[in-house]
Amino acid sequence: MRLEPRAHVPFWLNITAPLGAVVLAFAFCALLILWAGAPIIPAYTALVKGAFGSTFALTETLTRAAPLIFTGLAAAVAFRAKLWNIGGEGQLYAGALAATYFGTGLVTLPPYLMIPLLFLVGAVAGGLLLLVPVILKLKLRVDEVVTTLLLNFVVLLFANYLLFGPWKDPLAMGWPQAAPIIDEGVLSPLVPRMRLHQGFIWAIAFAVFAWAFIRFTKWGFQIRAVGYNPEAAAFAGMPIGATVLRTALLSGGLAGMAGVCELAGLKGYLTLDISPGFGYTGIAVAMLAGLHPLGVIASAIFIAAIYNGADAMSRAMSISNYLADVLTATALLLVLASVLFVRFRPRLR
Amino acid sequence: MPEVKDTAPQGAGAQPVLRLSGITKRFGGLTANDAISLDLKSGEILALLGENGAGKTTLMSILFGHYVADEGHIEAFGKRLSAGSPKAAIAAGIGMVHQHFTLGENLTVLDNIVLGTEPLLAPRRNTAKARRRIAELAEHFGLSVDPKRLVRDLSVGERQRVEILKALYRGARVLILDEPTAVLAPQEVETLFTTLKTMVAEGLSIIFISHKLNEVMAVADRVAVLRLGKLVGDFPIAETSKEALAEAMVGHAIEMPERKPQPLGPVVLQLAGVTLRNEQGKALLDELHLLLCGREILGIAGVSGNGQGALAALISGLALPDEGAFEILGQPVKETSPLAMQEHGVGRIPEDRHATGVIGDLSVEENLILEAAGSPRFCNLGFLKGGVIRRNAREKIERFDIRGADPTTTTRALSGGNMQKVILARVLSEQPKVILANQPTRGLDVGAAAKVQELLFEARAEGAGILLISEDLEELLQVSDRIAVLYQGRLSTPVAVEEADLKTLGLLMSGHGEFQRQKGAHGHAA
Repeated sequence: MRLEPRAHVPFWLNITAPLGAVVLAFAFCALLILWAGAPIIPAYTALVKGAFGSTFALTETLTRAAPLIFTGLAAAVAFRAKLWNIGGEGQLYAGALAATYFGTGLVTLPPYLMIPLLFLVGAVAGGLLLLVPVILKLKLRVDEVVTTLLLNFVVLLFANYLLFGPWKDPLAMGWPQAAPIIDEGVLSPLVPRMRLHQGFIWAIAFAVFAWAFIRFTKWGFQIRAVGYNPEAAAFAGMPIGATVLRTALLSGGLAGMAGVCELAGLKGYLTLDISPGFGYTGIAVAMLAGLHPLGVIASAIFIAAIYNGADAMSRAMSISNYLADVLTATALLLVLASVLFVRFRPRLR
Repeated sequence: MPEVKDTAPQGAGAQPVLRLSGITKRFGGLTANDAISLDLKSGEILALLGENGAGKTTLMSILFGHYVADEGHIEAFGKRLSAGSPKAAIAAGIGMVHQHFTLGENLTVLDNIVLGTEPLLAPRRNTAKARRRIAELAEHFGLSVDPKRLVRDLSVGERQRVEILKALYRGARVLILDEPTAVLAPQEVETLFTTLKTMVAEGLSIIFISHKLNEVMAVADRVAVLRLGKLVGDFPIAETSKEALAEAMVGHAIEMPERKPQPLGPVVLQLAGVTLRNEQGKALLDELHLLLCGREILGIAGVSGNGQGALAALISGLALPDEGAFEILGQPVKETSPLAMQEHGVGRIPEDRHATGVIGDLSVEENLILEAAGSPRFCNLGFLKGGVIRRNAREKIERFDIRGADPTTTTRALSGGNMQKVILARVLSEQPKVILANQPTRGLDVGAAAKVQELLFEARAEGAGILLISEDLEELLQVSDRIAVLYQGRLSTPVAVEEADLKTLGLLMSGHGEFQRQKGAHGHAA
């Protein structure tokens, strides 16, 4: 087999190629399910039902998708500018820390001001955290992959210190958790008796915002230009440093809001397990979406559905729920490979 | 020739070493090669001439097995060549020197040449034998290069010699050279041509891909012309002329724009005793004096690497002189940036279209506003004015004859000539007073080059002073009002083009002649 470049990419291929890749991923994992000793069709039925089969399942999936949309956007925006922000997890915790600081009694405002305030302080904290490695990158050419990644642990350990020390809630029976967010700051549920909360709406709104920002503003144009070709962008007179800093604030801010979303919408108080790696999964979400902000919504829901569905499948079939990780990883690899077939035509001799 | 069996019978009426029969190749709707039949005789240099996109490279890729033809077949030395296998092509004695070299920079010359020819599992490498063989080949064909050196440290000309040696080492009897002169300085081109002539005298056969008529006339025995995928001519070189070839290549007569004398305008750019050093302290520009007036084109000739990059960086806003005065329109330049230069009224056409001129992944309309995206014309309160940008693109595509593009086309999909027109459209519509044109026609076909020159003449007529940096002396002689030669960071006294001759310029380019040292030697009578 050989690959030849395509002169024109048919539009349908842009959609069918990734979908085909996802189907292939399911086919591959079917083998693993068989190996684990479960029948395929009932297993996948359990998965789909667990993800979308009831109001409860659907709202749970969307609840899980909300923080993934935020962290996915954070990665998508940064990667667009070729800023390799691997620190979404740390920025998420930074956002949650800031929201805890302001949201546990320091200020009390009516909900329509309190909630935006929490998102704002969370975004600022996440953005400022990313600013540190980015300034090091710009001034001293320190590789941001390493610094953003390692900052995750710094922030996590700092949160650890706070939760075991000064911020420990005396009413929490000794558990390492902070005081709860005041009622004015809590994101209200969208569906009665379900966990799905307003944070999902905020996530969708910010996806649309990020898309419009990148597409229609001068700064967004500069982010794209610098990402595609920094040399040409600099030659054309674009401010490279300022563009990268703006990208960092935006990306870190979005990741910080993921922390606020989880804290004020789901948990209610800060703990050390507020994120099961949403910051890292956000990278997969962004790649799966081809770094398109609106695509992030779909891919975040897809990944959330797989995780929720796989939990249900593992309970129903008594097989390991690690299959969710395998399934998303396979889907991601195959979708990335499918990009190759969009750009090149495979030919058999 | 050591260890190569000469399978090609010699003499008149001999069977061709290579026979392409009815090769057709389609990419989607595009027919890149349309039923091309071509013979290569033993001991001849066949030039394959055609504009960019005529199908030369596709045809050679098929020959070398990178692509498989949809129809037709190839015979080498009378035997059918199996399609789609570079290995088979090499075994049949076909060697290819690509335009962009395929060498490992971190390996020695010897390793690069031997790479892939040694058995995968051998107790030890027989380098002595390989070294002897390379030395033999190198001496035989005048391809001197030290096998112990790292490719990283070689000049472009030397790298090309390594590529040729690599093909010969594999026993090539037919050598395909894809645009071999595109990267070479004039002297290196001479050396290459001598080598090629030695090789055909030894019975090798060569296919020489080019779009430069002068070179084809100078080196080829026979020329095949491709246009839009079709073979439109196959002439012995003695029976054709540059004009006839140009017409066959383009399909119609090309009118090169004519330079009309014009009264000089005021001084727009002045460099007085400018020295620019690199990080190691080496002077890239050495007390350079230069005076550019409105309504003139000052041609800067010279072998690349003699300070052209530094001069271009200075005027592009990427560097400031370490010493000396730098004035634009009478204003001293104290701080610099690409933006500052735009504000001074400098239009900049960079050397490398793909790397610095356009952003290939952005659309044509976006590339057209790359420099002016922040101006109130295209931007309001931080929001881009989509409608205005779209109209601007339509108007520029029309006025600058940018072909194959609508406003939303990805710029990468454009040909080199049309990409250059995008850059010119962007730069010239700002009505610059000083224009830096760095290799503006390099790699362009005749038609596109003529359009670029015409646009530069238009800008000149509107009062701009143009600094034209080029390695193509013929172009400089045709387009410039005055010509100066840059050699090791120093500039010769510019002469009016009517008084310039190729011989003197050639000598200056190799450092023989007068280079200005003191102020006032600008070449203007005034």
